[in-house]
Amino acid sequence: MLEYQNLFSRIQVRPPQPDPGLPLRDSPGGRFGKGFFLRIAGYLGDSQVGPVYLGTLGVLSVLCGFIAIEIIGLNMWASVGWSTKEFIRQLPWLALEPPPPSYGLRFPPLHDGGWYLMAGFFLTMSILLWWLRTYRRARALGMGTHLPWAFASAIFLYLSFLIQPVLVGSYSEMVPFGLFPHLDWTSAFSIRYGNLYYNPFHALSIAFLYGSVLLFAMHGATILAVAKLGGEREIEQITDRGTASERAALFWRWTMGFNATMESIHRWAWWFAVLVTFTGGIGILLTGTVVDNWYLWAVKHKVAPAYPAQNVVTPADLQFLRGRYQGAAPDTFPTYKIVTPVDTVVTDSAMVGPDTTVKVLVTPATPAPVTPAPKAPGGTP
Amino acid sequence: MALLSFERKYRVRGGTLVGGDLFDFWVGPFYVGFFGVAGAICTILGTLLIVYGVVLDPQTSLWQWNIAPPDLKYGLMFAPLREGGLWQLITLFAIGAFVCWALREAEISRKLGMGLHVPWTFGSAILAYVTLVVIRPVLLGAWGHGFPYGIFSHLDWVSNVGYQYLHFHYNPAHMIAITFFFTTTLALAMHGSLILSVTNPPKGEPVKGSEHENVFFRDFVGYSIGAIGIHRLGLLLALNAGIWAAICIVISGPFWTGDWVRWWDWWLNLPIWN
Repeated sequence: MLEYQNLFSRIQVRPPQPDPGLPLRDSPGGRFGKGFFLRIAGYLGDSQVGPVYLGTLGVLSVLCGFIAIEIIGLNMWASVGWSTKEFIRQLPWLALEPPPPSYGLRFPPLHDGGWYLMAGFFLTMSILLWWLRTYRRARALGMGTHLPWAFASAIFLYLSFLIQPVLVGSYSEMVPFGLFPHLDWTSAFSIRYGNLYYNPFHALSIAFLYGSVLLFAMHGATILAVAKLGGEREIEQITDRGTASERAALFWRWTMGFNATMESIHRWAWWFAVLVTFTGGIGILLTGTVVDNWYLWAVKHKVAPAYPAQNVVTPADLQFLRGRYQGAAPDTFPTYKIVTPVDTVVTDSAMVGPDTTVKVLVTPATPAPVTPAPKAPGGTP
Repeated sequence: MALLSFERKYRVRGGTLVGGDLFDFWVGPFYVGFFGVAGAICTILGTLLIVYGVVLDPQTSLWQWNIAPPDLKYGLMFAPLREGGLWQLITLFAIGAFVCWALREAEISRKLGMGLHVPWTFGSAILAYVTLVVIRPVLLGAWGHGFPYGIFSHLDWVSNVGYQYLHFHYNPAHMIAITFFFTTTLALAMHGSLILSVTNPPKGEPVKGSEHENVFFRDFVGYSIGAIGIHRLGLLLALNAGIWAAICIVISGPFWTGDWVRWWDWWLNLPIWN
């Protein structure tokens, strides 16, 4: 049954040679390699890998990206005293941090954030050069420039993380390079500005992010469901509508009373994906510049309720907080093992007077259970 | 409601799972079917209960409406209507409506001779919702661990539950889920762009075909997954986003009660570092 659902390719059809590609216009570089076939890639998609276009912009972009990663990696390695073992062990925790706030918008010494700014410069250059490459590759084949402009929206979000610190006057606000450190930054940034969940542009960005995933689930599933009728040949279905496209449209019309066309579903897709980063960038640029505290902003505009002040909770407040804040978790979670702490008595013989015993409390090896804290549902978000 | 120009020949009998020909008809553009009727009942009842709940508990603005689950003290019992009972009923009707919607999709797929990819995919989204409002609360022993229905009140829940684990970004399944969400959106942007750029070339250029799609992506990044492949990949990424999101919340509480930052200590304490 499964083999008819078009979830993978049972038979890989291959030409005698890999496709060398189409003629290119206005392109100083050339294609690298002849391409080859990869069986494992062929189960899900096309089995041909390469050739790839090598031109000035792409090579410079990769070079800049390499320099940025080198600066980041070597700084991280230096931060653990050049120990290879510790570098691997602590890698997710290591960071190249932006300069401390005392430097404001001045250029700090290399060891105090200078390397950070330099890595940021090369990373930005790499991304901008890569954008030019997407534009040139599309034009070289006589295609539209929808992909570069979608990419530009993502770059706008990236740049807003650079512009926002400049607007608030300190490079220290910038995102550190590092796996866990950038997650720490995300939380710290949110808390510093009063919880980013109350930022309406953050909300829009997340709505478009989830919407994009929903759209791709719907679109991918619809196309696979009509693939036995040739539905995946979308260009042909757009220019000369076939039964695959008709059924795909009617499926959604009958399900929700509305349908896209084979072309317009890709416009929906483009806009949803583009608006994720576009609205997100606006949300970042407003934070700390126009709005200092998103929670207070939300209360002022009656979007969020004013929470009860800490430690003074009336029964009405409790009812109000129900569901939003459970108060006592995780103490209320089931506990599987309760360890009784043991007082260990140690006699310090060096200080012995005839009847003095010094009682030293030694912490037991197993951590003591957390005593349930008094219910404090009045915690602020 | 006018039919689409090609619609009439597709409006045939059959493909139903339940009820035979009884509900095999359309209302306007909507197909009805047994699950259309059952789903409509669930939807109407659930929506009326939400409206009732909002009216009972007037907030200063509609942004603040909130249908909260019962207090933790009710455990897994039914709560009085105004103290979370509404939430319990609404959850029940919501699940009913979602399941009916999925089964109605299955009937429509069968009627149109399509694969059942869409209902199965929607089923995984339902599973993620059920994980959040049923499976996890049951594992934790109280409906109060469910999440409230409301525009901003559910964000409060997400924020507060996240900080109960000190820092939810450190939850490894949450990391995987977010990566899938971002990657799906990236793939969607690239796929949508590619189709639009091939069918909407600059002025004076002919519309391009699938060879241009493949050659552009090979030139650009060295690999083109192809027309069928991108839809498989997109579906796979989107399904994983939802499934890992469900995993990341169901392990928080039932299987890990501490903070997610400390969860990573196992890596620092591996014997290979000695």
